[in-house]
Amino acid sequence: MVRTGNLPDAGLVRSLMATVRNTRRGIALLLAGTLSASAGSPILAVPAAPRTAATASMSSREQALQALNRLAFGPRPGEVDRVLEMGVSRWIDSQLAPETVADTLLPARLQNLPTLAMSSEEIFNVYEKPVRDARRQRRLASSPASANEIPMTREEAAEAQEKIAPEKRPRRVIEELSSARVLRAAYSERQLNEVLVDFWMNHFNVYAAKGLDRVLTTSFERDVVRPRIWGRFEDLLLATAKSPAMLFYLDNAQSVADPEHRPPVPARAAARRAAAEAMSEESGTVVRVVRRGGLNENYARELMELHTLGVDGGYTQKDVTDLARVLTGWSLEREGGGFVFRERVHDIGAKTVLGHTFSAGGGIEEGEEIIRRLARHPATARHIARQLVERFLSDDPPAAVVDRVAKKFLATDGDLRQTVRALIESPEFFDRTFYRGKVKSPFEYVASAIRATGAETNGRVPVLKQIAQMGEPLYLCQPPTGYSDAASAWVNTGSLVSRLNFALALSANKLPGTSVDIARLIPAADAADPARSLEALAKVLIAGDLTPATRATIAKQLEVRTAPADDPSANTQIALIAGLILGSPEFQKQ
Amino acid sequence: MLNRRLFLKSTGLAVVAGGFLPNVFVRMASAGTPASRRVLVAIFQRGAVDGLNVVVPFAEKAYYEARPSIAIPRPGSGEGAALDLDGFFGLHPSLSPVLPLFKDGSAAFVHAVGSPDATRSHFDAQDFMESGTPGVKSTTDGFLSRAIAGKTVPKPSPLRALAVSPSLPRILSGSAGAVSMTNVSEFGIRGGESSGAASDSFESMYADTVAGTLQGTARDSFEAVKILKSADPSKISPENGADYPKGPFGNSLKQIAQLIKANVGMEIAFTDIGGWDTHAGEGGVNGQLSNRLRDYGQGIAAFAKDLGSRMADVTLVTMSEFGRTVRENGNRGTDHGHANVMLVAGGGVKGGKIYGRWPGLDSSHLYENRDLEVTTDFRDVFAEILSKRLAVKDLKPVFPGYELVEKKRLGIIAG
Repeated sequence: MVRTGNLPDAGLVRSLMATVRNTRRGIALLLAGTLSASAGSPILAVPAAPRTAATASMSSREQALQALNRLAFGPRPGEVDRVLEMGVSRWIDSQLAPETVADTLLPARLQNLPTLAMSSEEIFNVYEKPVRDARRQRRLASSPASANEIPMTREEAAEAQEKIAPEKRPRRVIEELSSARVLRAAYSERQLNEVLVDFWMNHFNVYAAKGLDRVLTTSFERDVVRPRIWGRFEDLLLATAKSPAMLFYLDNAQSVADPEHRPPVPARAAARRAAAEAMSEESGTVVRVVRRGGLNENYARELMELHTLGVDGGYTQKDVTDLARVLTGWSLEREGGGFVFRERVHDIGAKTVLGHTFSAGGGIEEGEEIIRRLARHPATARHIARQLVERFLSDDPPAAVVDRVAKKFLATDGDLRQTVRALIESPEFFDRTFYRGKVKSPFEYVASAIRATGAETNGRVPVLKQIAQMGEPLYLCQPPTGYSDAASAWVNTGSLVSRLNFALALSANKLPGTSVDIARLIPAADAADPARSLEALAKVLIAGDLTPATRATIAKQLEVRTAPADDPSANTQIALIAGLILGSPEFQKQ
Repeated sequence: MLNRRLFLKSTGLAVVAGGFLPNVFVRMASAGTPASRRVLVAIFQRGAVDGLNVVVPFAEKAYYEARPSIAIPRPGSGEGAALDLDGFFGLHPSLSPVLPLFKDGSAAFVHAVGSPDATRSHFDAQDFMESGTPGVKSTTDGFLSRAIAGKTVPKPSPLRALAVSPSLPRILSGSAGAVSMTNVSEFGIRGGESSGAASDSFESMYADTVAGTLQGTARDSFEAVKILKSADPSKISPENGADYPKGPFGNSLKQIAQLIKANVGMEIAFTDIGGWDTHAGEGGVNGQLSNRLRDYGQGIAAFAKDLGSRMADVTLVTMSEFGRTVRENGNRGTDHGHANVMLVAGGGVKGGKIYGRWPGLDSSHLYENRDLEVTTDFRDVFAEILSKRLAVKDLKPVFPGYELVEKKRLGIIAG
């Protein structure tokens, strides 16, 4: 079982995680070394316009590319020209107002993913309950009379699970969520919206393979995060705090006050409370646990460390403990799995968090108040600003940009649209220093390659496996930190090999569920000539931004393998050129 | 029972401090075993194995009282009885393949070992055990990665840390780098007929773009692929009649043995084996746990047999996130508990002994009145192995905030 406890389908989840997380932080830091924006790295010396001073600005074509690489998942064929035609700043304005951008073709692509529209309860009933029932059956079958009875073997258990149709197995839920993310990244016209969904889902990471989060994550993204990423941070924060997915993931659902701090209860109620309710991670199901439960600091700590103030945000262990006490009773309903405030297990003692004292006798309003305070805290502004700049601009965020973005965050009460706009409108955003200066995450890499080649993908398991193999299985980041935005986390031997193999497989049209026609991307006349096809493909796939060294390497490859134009292997040749471009150090960067 | 005990004592296999025999692998090894050739093989039993039914405290009356339907009978009580280890503890009969390793002094167990953190969440407990920082969630890397980082070798291989696992496990995540693969023979650039050409082109492209301090690592990446291609470990057949059990665990160990024999510079290997979360229908002599243990025991025994004298270079250790409740539950299973048992085998191990302080199973001795108490920190075990076998000089970065107290040193590793 993979860290998921006695989940009925831990084995199933495993298969998604299966290929997975390959070497997320492994060896080499290879690309970090070869690709990061260190001065003098040949890859940065884009031939047409050698970098001069750190303040040099980009050409308008480069600006369009920068916008498409950072605010979108990379350009599709011809898209740079379309953005230039529209004007880069008008394109940015439209992306900042996604509700004004038509996205008419997307719904059709998502229509075969039924769980996206289901409530948590429906998902539970369709995907979880059959497995749990089957498991209960097995338990019953294995416990009766005969002490010598041999319980079901693993093989038998697996067979029992086989009886559940593949499209009804629990892992299907995470698969559909992941497919939707890939399809939206590849095809949505509201690209900045999708980049920000990725950012905020990662900021408020939940591990979708942990117990009930298999059921709850769909609603978390759809109902909690997506509707709030253009609003105010405190609303987003409060919604995540009350979200079943987060309450379960970070254990707050089972955090209850110590008995001496609970409200007094009449004797009969006290007796009833013997069967007190709470969510138990142990079985991933709703069980009557426990009066012996106690305070769980997990969420309180991460709320300050990861979601708001940052690890150096100036809070103490006492703040963590008292914040956990403030949040006692924030839990899940036994039926339906929605948010519920359990007054009877709420800590009614006096607490002090970050210098703010709550006098004895408070209720749910204490938590709401402290969360709003945390959302408006200057340390939170800096922390969020820093993460945004790291995501959109550089692994080494320039202090001036962080300051500017943090100030905007504070001045606008955490208005996220204005905060993001402040970042994009910073002069540094179009500084040449940052042009193709950031390594793509695996998800970004795969999405950008699909876009660059104009591939048609169904976003299903084969492509998801590729992303997982590179180290970023979607929705399956176990620690609450979420995935790193820095190259050092992504570049290592194992994942580089996976990236290169993906590039070759995609270009050769060998990725099941995804089809590409590389030859169609360039004029037939170019396709007939190896040297011209290299130039043409470099232009289409990476806007010509190949270093002379990479060009020479690929050209050398062509000399070895020149094929006559009418030879069917000419297409193989073109596919190989495309594969080499997509696998090149240059294409690893945005 | 008494007879066996006497026999063990008389043969000197019941180890006493200062008087142990060098274990069989050390005796078998023709030459010394330089630290540079040494390998740590770490195995995680994910799901929390029921250690009390692995190494059974058969001399404890409380054990049988707590487990009416799943206890393993005392040694000598006929078929399916525990295999006596030292007169107090016995081995689950499904682990009979491992018994010879214990008897010849090349394997030992540590009992009542675990994490000082009290969590009973698989999720957190595995995380803490792999990060090596119980109770601290913000640790981003794994302790074996930090161990590798703190270990200097003359010519580090890109394959020095390797997981035979579908994903890079937390325990090996970190800046030191590690490779994970499920199938050694498939690790490489796969481009059909163009594989070789594509691989060369990529290598050349990346070599040309190398700049700065991490220059060497670019080479390493392609070197790893090349090393595996030329060493071709998958062609190395099991030796000495070793018979690996079918299934992922046996296959993982077989590949780790191949990599060791292929001399690819691997220093730490990791793999895992699941299916231990026996909340219901755990079984005793037969059943769920028994089946898993058979796979586990046969795998480890085959691994040791396959490597033969080379096992003197290898230290194998198994761990699991926590133990299980002393008392069986209403479903003839066990729930999440606290302390557990670890197996340590191979070169340098002072085997044939159960290490650790046994806290007892009487209600008064149980942790929170339900679980075996942790008397040995799992880091005590790794600290000894890492410092004595793998020449990791400074353990502070490996286990921040932890110190191996000399008084608590197990002495499980020679030297």
